[in-house]
Amino acid sequence: MTIFSWQFALGYLILAPFIGGFMTGLDRKISARMQGRVGPSLLQPFYDVSKLMQKETKIVNHLQQFMVSSFVIFVAFTGALFFFGGDLLLVFFSLTLAGIFYVLTASCANAPYSSLAAQRELLQMMAYEPMVLLAAIGFYLATGSFAVKDIAAADMSGIVMLPGFFLGFLFILAIKLRKSPFDLSTGQHAHQELVQGLNSDLSGFVMGLVEIAHWYENVFLFGVVGLFILNSHVWSIPVALVVCFLVYFLAILVDNVSARVKWKLLFTSAWIVTACTGVVNLLVVSLLHLAK
Amino acid sequence: MAKMSKSPWVLHYDAASCNGCDIEVLACLTPVYDAERFGVINTGDPKHADIFLITGGINEQCKDVVKQLYDQMPNPKVVVAVGICACSGGVFKETYNILGGADQVVPVDVYVPGCAARPESIIDGIVKAIGILDEKKAALKEGRLDEYEAAHCKKKQQEVEA
Repeated sequence: MTIFSWQFALGYLILAPFIGGFMTGLDRKISARMQGRVGPSLLQPFYDVSKLMQKETKIVNHLQQFMVSSFVIFVAFTGALFFFGGDLLLVFFSLTLAGIFYVLTASCANAPYSSLAAQRELLQMMAYEPMVLLAAIGFYLATGSFAVKDIAAADMSGIVMLPGFFLGFLFILAIKLRKSPFDLSTGQHAHQELVQGLNSDLSGFVMGLVEIAHWYENVFLFGVVGLFILNSHVWSIPVALVVCFLVYFLAILVDNVSARVKWKLLFTSAWIVTACTGVVNLLVVSLLHLAK
Repeated sequence: MAKMSKSPWVLHYDAASCNGCDIEVLACLTPVYDAERFGVINTGDPKHADIFLITGGINEQCKDVVKQLYDQMPNPKVVVAVGICACSGGVFKETYNILGGADQVVPVDVYVPGCAARPESIIDGIVKAIGILDEKKAALKEGRLDEYEAAHCKKKQQEVEA
């Protein structure tokens, strides 16, 4: 039994912005409670985007609109392909392409803060990309298929064979969610050292689109987290949802208790963690296959 | 569509302040006052901001910066002068290097007096600014923002004179 189908992909395209926005609202509420504040309403991210959409859009370079639209389209495509049950490798390549469009959005502004943030974002991509690709390979070794549909329909949850991959993926999830200590290129929190990083020169409607793209991306990322848990049994679906929530809570907690790191530490730690978790797990799974 | 007033993002600029008002501005975001309850975010980016909050008097050095920040903010936008120095120049009004309040360079919508301005009065000023933001949004939609601002400035001037 698998829930991955074209109906699920369509559901993602329509509902992901609402779920993603709600998740961001939950993040801000939980963060506020952790800091002893009341915090904004759960619907605050929707008010924010609605306001951004109503504001004047100051365009620095007309290429920006094209890049941002491509970013949104490819992020949505990535998620739709994933929830359709498509090829995991294609899903991850499409995510990288979306990321590159986002980098180009910032670098085409030709402004110092945006350019610096664009370079940092490329560096972040270099830091997390090995783990992302390894995760796809891990799923293949564990289930014998790259197709999300088949992976989710396996008899055993992926995490049983791939605990190292799961831990490694959690680490890079902090980079992908743009949370402390890895919010180098841009983040939700105001007063970044790079003004607003990648978003510095975006305003109004274009900025609203970027927010929506992030919501799409977050829902997709938690889809991948859930994929580690899903198997052919129906009860794995609620378990996957609970695991996703716990992982999100952990990310928020880490975000609130840590300061931003320098790029060298981000880069080396991401690769070391990838080597210690993903690569070691990969070797063990490969040996098991040989032993069979 | 939700009203703009549900998500006021504030850009805070310290012109030539003694930091007294700046500390009070930041106090608004602490657990005691928690302005984020109302969606207020203290952003560092003029292109994302709705409310321009200026503390301190204006001098020759920061004059262009204030103008630049104001120009970079997308419409509709509201300017709030926090503290007596930003309102009129305060005790520094007659000094050779101070030009006066923030209204010497950009049109100010709300004046928050005090030395230093209390967090309560700053929040009160922001609430007033939010109301003006909605009015400006409506004016912008009807294409009469310039008209509205001219009338608004005139009204302010009459109030100050009275």
